[in-house]
Amino acid sequence: MNRKNWPLRIFGVFAVIFLLLPTVIIIPMSFSSGRTLKFPPPGYSIRWYENLFTSPLWTDAAWSSIQIGILAAILATVLGTIAALGLTRGEFPAKGLIQAIVLSPIIIPLVIIAIGMFSVFVRWRIAGSLMALVVAHTVLAIPFVVVNVMASLRTLDRNLELAAANLGANPVRAFRFVTLPLIAPGVMAGALFAFITSWDEIVVAIFLTSPTLRTLPVVMWGQIRTEVDPTIAAAATILTVITTIVFTVTTILQTRGNTTT
Amino acid sequence: MASITDSADEQNRPSLQGKFNRWTWLLLPALLFLAIFFIYPLFEILQRSVTEPTLGISNFVEFFQSPVFSAVLFNTLKMSFYVMFFCLLIGYPYAYLMNHSSRRVAGLLLIAVLIPFWSSILVRTYAWTVLLQRTGVVNSMLIGIGIIEKPLKLLRNFPGIVIGMTHILLPFMVLPIYSVMQRIDKDFVTAAESLGARPFRAFREIYLPLSLPGVYAGSLLVFVVALGYYITPALLGSPRETMMGAMVVQQVQQVLDWGMGSALGVVLLITTLVILGVVGRIVNINEVLGGSGGPE
Repeated sequence: MNRKNWPLRIFGVFAVIFLLLPTVIIIPMSFSSGRTLKFPPPGYSIRWYENLFTSPLWTDAAWSSIQIGILAAILATVLGTIAALGLTRGEFPAKGLIQAIVLSPIIIPLVIIAIGMFSVFVRWRIAGSLMALVVAHTVLAIPFVVVNVMASLRTLDRNLELAAANLGANPVRAFRFVTLPLIAPGVMAGALFAFITSWDEIVVAIFLTSPTLRTLPVVMWGQIRTEVDPTIAAAATILTVITTIVFTVTTILQTRGNTTT
Repeated sequence: MASITDSADEQNRPSLQGKFNRWTWLLLPALLFLAIFFIYPLFEILQRSVTEPTLGISNFVEFFQSPVFSAVLFNTLKMSFYVMFFCLLIGYPYAYLMNHSSRRVAGLLLIAVLIPFWSSILVRTYAWTVLLQRTGVVNSMLIGIGIIEKPLKLLRNFPGIVIGMTHILLPFMVLPIYSVMQRIDKDFVTAAESLGARPFRAFREIYLPLSLPGVYAGSLLVFVVALGYYITPALLGSPRETMMGAMVVQQVQQVLDWGMGSALGVVLLITTLVILGVVGRIVNINEVLGGSGGPE
C-alpha cells in the first residue's frame, strides 16, 4: 500500500473502533461500583459479579445453557459430520437442493423457526423441556458443523484411505483410524461453533424456555427490558469471554487443520 | 466462488451404482432429523396460516388490505436496504484495506471482524443501548469534539436500529468481499497502471468489476438476514419501526392470533426465499460461515 492511502488507513482505525467498541465497553461497565450504567463508571467493584454468581436466577440459567450447549454440540457434530461425508462423497440427483436444505437453518428467519417449533413442541408436550432446546439448537447448529467438516474433507488426500483399504482395513476401520484423525480439526471446530450457536441463541430459546428452565440469554433478555442494574453487564461479559475463548480455540484448530493437510 | 458442489467430485471416482453411491446414505440421519424437527414445524406454520381461524387465504387478504401490516412489510424492506447500504459503504473499503495491508495488519483487521461475528447478538445490542443513550459514550464523544452541542436522540428510533444492525451484519458483507478480493490477480491492476491508467481508473475499470461477485454475495446475505431480525430492532427501535419479525412475535405471543402470526411468518419466509432465488442461488454461505479462520 502506498503513502497516498492514508485516508483509507484512518477509515480503518475508525472501522475497527466501531466493530470492537460494543464488545469492549461492556467490560469496564460490569466492574462499576454505581447502580446505573455509566461510562466511565464512578468507581470499580466486583459487586455485580457477586450478585451474578450468588443469584439462583443467573446460576440456574448458566447451568442450563452449559448443559444444552454441550448436548446440542454433541448431537449436531455427530449428525453434521456424517452428513458432510454424504454431501462431499455421495453422488445423487438434486445434490444442490439437498445441500441447500441442510444449510437452510442459517438463512430461514429465526422467528419463523421459533414459532413453528413452539407450535409443534407444545402439541408433543415437550415445549419448555431441556430436550426441546437441545433438539432446536441442534437444528440450528448442524449447518455450521457441515460447513466446517466439508472444508476439511475437501483438502483430505483420499489416497491415504485407499492405502488403508489396500492394507486390509474395512471401511469402518479406515474411517476410524485414517479419515477421522485427519479431519479432526474440522470436526472439533464444527463442534465448538455448534456450542457457541446454542450458547448465544436467543430467539428460539425465548419461545421454548419455561419459567423453570431458562438459558442465560433468555434471563438477560428479560432483565434488559425490566431493569438496568449492571448485573446484566457482568452476565454479558461472561457470555462474551466464554465465546471469545471458544472462538480462539476454534481459530487455532482451523489454522492447524489448514497447515497439516 | 467455487461452491461445494463444484469441488465435491474432484476425485472423479466412477459412480458405483448408477446415480447413487453408498456415501449418499450417510445423509439420511441428518435429513431425517431436519425433516422432523425443522421442515415439519415450517409446514405447521404454513398450515396454520391457511386454516386458522377458517380454511382459506383470509389472513393473506387481510395482510395486504391492512395498512398496518403493509407498512410493517415496507418498513422491513426499507430497513434492510439501509442496513445493506451502510454495510457496503463500510464493508467494501474495509475488505480492500484488508487485502492491501501487511499480513499482520490484515490478520488484526480480520480478528476485529470475527470477534463481533461470534459474540452474542443480544450482548452487542445491549451494548449499543448503553452506548447510544442520551448520556452515552457516543453522545459525550460527539459533544466532546464539538460536532454537536446537544445530545442526539439515537435510541428507540430509526437511526438506532440502523447503527446496531449495521454493526451486527457488517461481517456478512466484509467476509465475502474479502474472499473474492483475495483471488483477484493484482498484476491486472499493475498492468493497467503500467499501460498508463491512473490508479483510480485502474481501480474502477479493473479491480472494481472483478470484486463485484463478492459485493453481490455480501449485499444479498446482509439484506436477507436483516429481513428476519427480531432482537435488535426490538431493543433499539420503537413501535413505529416495527419489523416483520417483531410483528410475528406480537401476533403469536400477545394477540394470540396464530393464524395471522403464521401468515406474517409465511410472507416473511416467501419474501426471503424469493429474494434469494431471484438475486442468486444461496451464494457462498459456506464461505462466510465456515472456513474463514485466518488469512489463507
